[in-house]
Amino acid sequence: MYIIIIGGGQVGYFLAKALLDEGHELLVLEKDAARTAFICNELGSVCVRGDGCEMATLEEAGAGRADMFVAVTGEDEDNLVSCQAAKHKFNVRRTVARVNNPNNETIFRKMGIDVAISSTSIILENIEEEVPTHPITHLLDIQEQGLEIVEVKIPPHSTTIGKTVKELPLPTGNTLSLVIRGQQKPFVPDEDTVLEAEDQIVAITTPESEEALGTALRGS
Amino acid sequence: MKVVIMGCGRVGGRLAGLLDIEGHKVAILDLDDYSFRRLPPEFGGTALVGNGTDEDALKKAGIEKADAFIALTQGDNRNIMACQIAKHIFNVPRVLCRTYDPLRRELFGSLGIETFSPTTIFAQMIKEQLLKEKPEAEKKAK
Repeated sequence: MYIIIIGGGQVGYFLAKALLDEGHELLVLEKDAARTAFICNELGSVCVRGDGCEMATLEEAGAGRADMFVAVTGEDEDNLVSCQAAKHKFNVRRTVARVNNPNNETIFRKMGIDVAISSTSIILENIEEEVPTHPITHLLDIQEQGLEIVEVKIPPHSTTIGKTVKELPLPTGNTLSLVIRGQQKPFVPDEDTVLEAEDQIVAITTPESEEALGTALRGS
Repeated sequence: MKVVIMGCGRVGGRLAGLLDIEGHKVAILDLDDYSFRRLPPEFGGTALVGNGTDEDALKKAGIEKADAFIALTQGDNRNIMACQIAKHIFNVPRVLCRTYDPLRRELFGSLGIETFSPTTIFAQMIKEQLLKEKPEAEKKAK
């Protein structure tokens, strides 16, 4: 796959390194001369100095034949504009952008960026999950379908302990896909599975219904 | 008309003054409150320190009830992003964007943002002025 990366900072550099190891053809566009030289020294001539929002630069970089376009600079406006240029001017099939301000995720999605990753949200979530009382842990977002995979832990004195899955007021469209119970082998629950304290339940939900799912599983 | 302007540079400050005198309700945003010195002393609108690509700052400036949003910062990308937020998140009926780069102007114009490129406009104006016949009076004076 031919992948263009905009921004050769920490994220861009380590991403380039990882993708090169996987055998992809890639090009990093970086504005800063010293940073460009550093990346070329470390990874070979995969980095070119240039502004990833300039149409001429993108043209020279071969954006027209890129399979994937990734913008990971520290500025949201630059990431948005370069991804839009890639998508609408060069018809790149898949565009991925880093979002620094979590509030901007909405506008990125609305403007047709295929994947918008908010590093700030990810760090926040990871830290939140370390707080023992945190009810729902996000495992994975499936952005295209608007779904997410979460883990819910049943607290020791929950009102739902002893109930079967079919007795729970699960929001529509939610699926319980796995139960992890103590040292047992994880199993797929059915409607007659009885909840136990400390069960960890992996479920598929949506951003709108995850709160209702949490309440259904953990009781009030 | 309620207008939100992002960027209180020479153009932003002047435009804010012009609209204010005509009785429009103007709110102007800039990252640096020192920029507000460019507003005329009699300016009766609102001047707010804030980032126009930040939804909360835009809300404070009254974007939810604005009839128009105009982006006039030095950064093309910042202007484009702010305009897209105004148009697609806050549904502002009229959104105008300054874009120095003519190619970016073309692309985002085709994506539905009303954009101006001072680069194209001024180059054209100056060329026309230069190649225009001089008025008769001036010719005689020589």
